[in-house]
Amino acid sequence: MGLLVNERDIVVPGELLAEGIDYIPGDDVFRDKEKLIAIRLGLVNVSGRQVKIVPLVGPYVPLRGDVVIGKVVGMGFSGWRIDIGWAFEANLNIKDATSDYVEKNSDLTKYFNYGDYLMVQIINVTSTKLIDITTKGPGLKKLTPGRIIKVGSSKVPRIIGKQGSMITMIKDATNTRISVGQNGIVWINGEEPKKELLAIEAIRKIERESHTQGLTEVIKQFLEENKNGI
Amino acid sequence: MAYEKRLDGRKFDELRPVEAKVGVVENAAGSAMFKIGKTIAIAAVYGPKELYPGFLQDPTKGILRCNYNMLAFSGSGDRVRPGPSRRSKEISMVSEKALLPTLDLSQFSGTVVDVFIELIQTDAGTRCAGITAASMALADAGIPMKGLVSSVAVGRVGGKIVLDLSKEEEDYEGHATDIATAMITSTGEITLLQMDGLITKEEIKKALELAKKGNEKIKEIQIKALKERYQTGKK
Repeated sequence: MGLLVNERDIVVPGELLAEGIDYIPGDDVFRDKEKLIAIRLGLVNVSGRQVKIVPLVGPYVPLRGDVVIGKVVGMGFSGWRIDIGWAFEANLNIKDATSDYVEKNSDLTKYFNYGDYLMVQIINVTSTKLIDITTKGPGLKKLTPGRIIKVGSSKVPRIIGKQGSMITMIKDATNTRISVGQNGIVWINGEEPKKELLAIEAIRKIERESHTQGLTEVIKQFLEENKNGI
Repeated sequence: MAYEKRLDGRKFDELRPVEAKVGVVENAAGSAMFKIGKTIAIAAVYGPKELYPGFLQDPTKGILRCNYNMLAFSGSGDRVRPGPSRRSKEISMVSEKALLPTLDLSQFSGTVVDVFIELIQTDAGTRCAGITAASMALADAGIPMKGLVSSVAVGRVGGKIVLDLSKEEEDYEGHATDIATAMITSTGEITLLQMDGLITKEEIKKALELAKKGNEKIKEIQIKALKERYQTGKK
């Protein structure tokens, strides 16, 4: 009876987390009569009476309000098609991209062209197939040339850290500008290519070790040791 | 002829040596290797991704697509003809049906989750090894599932109920019955039950009890392999 696992334990799908009715299921946990069972591979998180799983792996599923990085892959009469790392492309309408008056049949490439990377926000998810996004909002813009890397979307909170502590540390140590999308696409731009590569290596290290504790210290040390490049 | 001692010296309720590893295919969303005796299966999961042709899409949930394949050099001498065959199509279908009851694809509507099962070396129990590997690969890909699917064959060889038949036992002179089973061990659901041969009602009850025991052991190995990937600190 009661809780059968500890905080931050790694659990696999089907693993029994708690018995009895003292605990309530949170994210990625389901109740089967008196049992609470995990449905994803991840770490246990208990807050009060709620037991949830913080997934270690998993596909990115778009949610309303997410700020993501996408690539322009298509253009139509009324907007752009953006690849945001999900099975279906998202739709960026002209009215969500600019406040300008746009003449019928005008050339849309003056705003965004094929292959451009954009920082966008998801404004509506009608179904998995119909995703509307916008570039109007604070911090949303076309990204200037830089390096693009892809990480697992479940690692994004770790890369950003509490109130952005981790990402700020990497930015300061490597003198780069970094944008992280909720979909796991990361944009990096810095003065020196060497420093950019160090930032990438630090992010990859976080991705590999995201389930361990005291990661900020480890990364701090890593950046210190390799500050002259790797 | 009485079957008193198994051909490879195992106990009647003993599995062949088992090995499992998760994360063997770097580019896949999730992958796993499962080895039982001389049979080695590798499973890789890709997706969820858009499903073509569009009319196959299900607007209420994602679909699962399995592909079982034996490599040309995998058999015991004879070259396996590459490409889909009647047998591999059937096993792809039963693997899909064995895995589907555990998966929750409701948040992936209109998409497909692809599972590729490749047998690089085959001895016996390939579909079971494939399903076991695929289940680990799906968990590794982070697809929501209510439990791991474990799979093992049981059967009757020379009048004795045995667990995890080897190739020699399948070809045992006289009668050998081979029953492939797959279970969601956490709920006790049976998701695969196929039989080749003859068996009585009492014997099948006994065989399924034995299969349950075998699947429990396999589940332990699956869990260990999945957790090991993170304990070593490597992705």
